[in-house]
Formats: sequence, structure tokens, C-alpha cells
Amino acid sequence: MAKKPIQFQLNGSSKSVFVEEGQNLLEVLRREVGDLTPKLGCAQGACGSCTVLIDGEQIVSCLTLAETVEGASVETAAGLANGPTLHALQEAFMDGFAAQCGFCTPGMLVSAKALLDKNPSPSRGDVIEAISGNLCRCTGYEPIIDAILAAAGNGHNSAGRYSGSGRQS
Amino acid sequence: MIEFRKDIFADERDDNLNEIGKPTRRQDILGHVTGRSPFYDDHQFEGLLHLKCLRSPHHHARIRSIDTKPAEQMPGVHRIIQGSDVKVNLNTLLSLMNFGEDDEPVLSDKKVSYVGEPILAVVAETERQAFDAIAKIRVDYEVLPHVLDPEEALQPNAPLVNETMPGNAFPYHEKYNHQKLRFGDVEAAFAQADHIVEDRYQMSPIEQAPIEMCGAIAAPETNDRFVCYTSTQALFFSLGTAAKVLDVPSNRLHFIGGTVGGGFGGKVDSLHEPLAILGCMLTGRAVRYAFDRQEEMQVGAPRGAERWYIKDAVMNDGRITARKFTGYFDVGAYTRLSSYAIIKAAGHLPGPYTIPNVYADIYCVYTNRTPATAMRGFGITGVDFAIESHMDQIAHKLGMNPIELRLINSYMDGDMKAHRREAKNTALVECMQVAAEKSGWNIAPDFKAMSSHNGGEGWRSEIPHTVTDTNGQIGNGVPASTVRPATTSIPAYVPSQNPSYAAPPAQPARPVSPPTPQSNVQATPTAPPQASAPASSSTPKRPRVSRFSSISGTRRR
Repeated sequence: MAKKPIQFQLNGSSKSVFVEEGQNLLEVLRREVGDLTPKLGCAQGACGSCTVLIDGEQIVSCLTLAETVEGASVETAAGLANGPTLHALQEAFMDGFAAQCGFCTPGMLVSAKALLDKNPSPSRGDVIEAISGNLCRCTGYEPIIDAILAAAGNGHNSAGRYSGSGRQS
Repeated sequence: MIEFRKDIFADERDDNLNEIGKPTRRQDILGHVTGRSPFYDDHQFEGLLHLKCLRSPHHHARIRSIDTKPAEQMPGVHRIIQGSDVKVNLNTLLSLMNFGEDDEPVLSDKKVSYVGEPILAVVAETERQAFDAIAKIRVDYEVLPHVLDPEEALQPNAPLVNETMPGNAFPYHEKYNHQKLRFGDVEAAFAQADHIVEDRYQMSPIEQAPIEMCGAIAAPETNDRFVCYTSTQALFFSLGTAAKVLDVPSNRLHFIGGTVGGGFGGKVDSLHEPLAILGCMLTGRAVRYAFDRQEEMQVGAPRGAERWYIKDAVMNDGRITARKFTGYFDVGAYTRLSSYAIIKAAGHLPGPYTIPNVYADIYCVYTNRTPATAMRGFGITGVDFAIESHMDQIAHKLGMNPIELRLINSYMDGDMKAHRREAKNTALVECMQVAAEKSGWNIAPDFKAMSSHNGGEGWRSEIPHTVTDTNGQIGNGVPASTVRPATTSIPAYVPSQNPSYAAPPAQPARPVSPPTPQSNVQATPTAPPQASAPASSSTPKRPRVSRFSSISGTRRR
């Protein structure tokens, strides 16, 4: 099958890959590029665990044709941290026990980032709507919502502090 | 009192329980928020192949022939795996604990017994190529009659679902087609009861539906070993199962897991690891076998359907003097872990209540549905739904406060449970008291003063005599009546004032008693017919073990 070259920005660095016609972005990110943070949960656009941002828009990568991201800027959960410094959302998820099995977490974080990038002071309702496309089967929604609100309150654009040493009260 | 053995780790930690009430971090949370937690599918291999199964479109069919030739020529296909490629193509999960008969093929190419049962597997370069090849395989099915209801499956003329299990029921104790529980004499108590309350309860299958779908990746490792990355919830169980069905020593298998994207019981069946490893053995390449979401929902083993009939003897003051259960676990086409769940359910009856006469017959029934497996509260959830619904029905019937009804019948420390273990560290009384307080539900002062520590023991700790007949069977004799004496420490019932306690809504008529059993005893209790022979017929037949114990049942094969 003929392969097509595409170029796009992934978390700020340029990527060039060959993709097959009809290949979805999730598979290209995971298998060709090696960014394993978007997860395969349903391949039907139902669970949100493959959520990425394309030019700032929240998209399910399992239903996105890879060739359509030519020239676009793609963000995944792998781009949240700045080196060893975690994003405020990641800090808030850690402090607020906002993950159990952790499988939906990268998608949740990406959806939360899309919200806070547009609306730095969301209401609880705004948060619920923003993650309404992300399923958490461990049903930890309340701590996730609380963590996103906490991150917003802490100023999500300032770098979070990660000391790497246990709990914070 | 709960006993804390602080002395054991006294030199290792300051054990003053100061974690309670403070937020703490999960030890694996950093991996979760950075997306670095290593789920099985996050392991990358050069030249990874993909395995997909041809699955039955029928509930029940015999396979006359399979033509795989057109598929072998399809692009990207490396190998078609048939049942004959599986060394020991008949297994039951609890054989690792020496319990039950092998009853389920890994690849079922003679007969299929549920929609979605795997018939053979195709290993190809991509999943799409595997599916395209599967579409070319021609199977000639002889469709057989099927049965989807557990009570119908126990009828004498029902289709035989599982050839290892005559009568469509798991054999218990080598002589019964159900698990029995006998405690006291329910019939005597029914004869003296002020009220008989009967009803039927049932629960549909429930899919665990983890966000990470079940799967495994196997790859060649050094020195003729194989590494297997898996989503399993039961790593050593899956290791033992793979070693058994592939007939290799377990030290040739290197299992890596523990990072599970949600399981809830649905990732214990070890369906993926043996086939992924076999694909790897046959192709020499890394092989990934993963469910897609449709397979996860259709083929992934759910919590099975259950149906319960409950009949209670109830006195005017709310005392329940007898409780009789007939339970049907619809376990689907194969046993998996359900035979154990029923034993667990029997040990749980009659719920957290002290009832002096208890009787239960619980059937592990095979139907042409997806095999059932573990899910949260395995073996308990369905009957607890039935018991607690029934408690509310009794309260409605007597016009009683449902929490007070539960308190009157609550078990307490020192009571004898129907499975003949003493109740310890009970807390139903305190739990009900707190629930009533938190929800603003009034209970009378006498009930507020009750304690799980007082009121047990005495007659409540006695074990009634169980009569067996000349065949050593229980349940046919008439034991001494053990109807609860009227003089106990149970407070006199004074109705409490609650704002809204409406009568139950009218319900359509439904059967409230189980059908008359056809036969309590299996026709051939000690000699089940030989199942379809596994590929390696030299495998010695394990002795049948029909008694399960968490202590004695765990010795290795």
C-alpha cells in the first residue's frame, strides 16, 4: 500500500513520518512516532483515552486520519511537563488522588489542558463539560474535577512545583 | 475488637496509624500523570505481528469442516493456528488449584457453544490483514439447538452445552448437580410461621468494561524463553495456565504485568497469553493478541446472570425464622471460575442475618451464552441484591421500618453462621445505626442502644443436627426443629415515626417459586463422559476433585 510522507509539530518538535492511507493518528503516534501517552480504549471515539490537541482543539486521535494533521501542531500528555517540571494539572492530579488505574489519565489531562488554555477560571460545570468525552471506568470523576479546579486556582500557566518527595498537605 | 499485630513489624515502622485522615499519594501516580506507566500495549517490538481469531457466529453449532486455504494466500499472513497446534487444547482455570474438570478448548474447532467462541487464529503483519484473511476462511457449520436460560438448561431435554458437563450443571461433591446448604429445618419453621414471603430476583450479565482492553504481547527472549507482557489481573494464574496448555515448563515463560488499565475481575481468564505465546513460538516473531472493543463487550467474560428464589418464614414481630434459597448461576458455556463463586455464595447465606433455619440449593448451570467470570464481589453481589430487596419486601408486608427489621435479625458476635463458622467482628448493627442517623431515618431508642457485641451466642451459636440418608445425602431427612425461641434479647417492636414509607408499587405477576427439580442427583455422578480428547492424549487424567477449600485446594498440580 502506498505510503505518504507527512510533517507536523508534536509537542513543539518537528516530526516527519510515512503514513498509510486511512491510518489513524493514534496508531501513527504510538507505533511510528513512539509517543505512547495517547491510549487505545475503544477505536470508536467513545472513551476519550486517545484525546490529543490539534492546533489547540480537543480531538480523539483514533478517529482522525493521520494525513490530515499535515502542517498542524499536535499536543499530547507527553508535552505537559517541562523536563522534570510537571504541569500544574499533573501536580493537582497527584495531590488530589485523581487517578486509579491511570489508563484514562493522559486523555483527561489533555482535555483539561484544552479547557484551561481557553478558560483559566472555569466553573465546576465547565470542567464537567470539558471532560464529558473522557470515560473513567474506575469512576474517579469527582477527584478529577476537583483536581482540575485546583489546578485552575493555582494558575495553570505558571510552572508547577514537583519536589518528588512524598505528600504535600 | 480488631487485633492489630503491631509487634510483627515493630522494628520496621512507627505503627501509630497516623495516615488516617490525611491525603496521601499513590506510589504509581507519577507514572500515571506523565503517561509513562507501562501498560502491556506500551511495549514496542520491531516486526510485531498481530493475532486475531475467527469467531463463532452461532450460539451452538458443530463444525463439519474448515477451509483455510484462501486465507493462507492472503497478503501479510504468517500463520494460521488451529486447535491441533495447541498441545493441551482443553483446560479449566481452577485446574491450577486441582478443582473441576478441563472443559474449555483454547481454540474450539469441533464444536462452538457461544457466539464469539474462538475457532482458529490468524497471525498477520497488521490487524487489518488478519481480519481480511479471516473473512476468506470458510466454515461449514451444523447449527444445533441452543439454550439461553439456566432453568431451561436443567430440563431433561435441553441441548447439551458442554460435553464435559452432563445435565448442563457442574457436579458438586461427586453426587449433586448443585451446591447444598442445610442448617436447621426450614419446613418446620414454615409450618409455624405467621407469614411466608416469597419472590424471585434476577440480574443480567454485566460487562466489567475496563478502558484498557484485555490483551498480551509475547516475544522471543534469550535461551529459548518467551517474554509475555499482559494486562492480566492474575499474573501467576496466567503464567500457570499458559504453561499448562502449551505444555512447557513455566520457567521458560517470563511474565511481566501488574500495570492494569482497569480490570474489575474481567482480566483473570488468561485467554490472551497462551495464544500470543503460541503465535510467537510458531512464527519466531513478537505477537500481539488484543481484544478490540467489540470483542471486549461480546467475548470478554462478564459477571454472569443469576436468578434467585427466596422463601422466608416470618413472625409478626419481624423475626425471620427460616430462609430457603434456590439459586441459578448462568455461567455460560464453560466453567472458568464460576464453580468457586457458587461455593462462596453458599458460605455467604443467609446474608448478614442470624436465621436459625437455612436451606439452599445453588446450581452452576451451562448455557450457550458468553462464559461468565469474576467481577467485584464475585458470587455475592447477585444474592445480596436479592436478599436486601427481599428484606424490604418483608418490611413492606409487615408495615415495619426496614432498618428496624434488619436490626431485629442482624447477626452479632458469637452467632453461628449457616456455613458453620462463628461470626466475628460483626458490625451490621452499628452500620445500620449510622446509616439511619446520617439519612435522618428514625429508629426506636431500643434499636439505637443495640450493639453487635451483646446479644449473640447462646442458642444463636448452636449448630443444628443435620440428618443424612442411607446414601450419605443431606437434605432428605428431617432434622430436629430449631425454630428460634420467642424469648430472646430482641427488643419488642415499637413502630417508629418516619415521614414517608409508602407501600411498594404494584408489580406484574411473576413466578415466585422455582420449578420442581427434575432430579437432585445426577444420573451418572461418578463417571462423566470423556470430553473431546486433547491434542496430547498422553496427558494423564487428573483425579476429580469436587471439594474446594481455600486451604487444602491450593496444592499445585
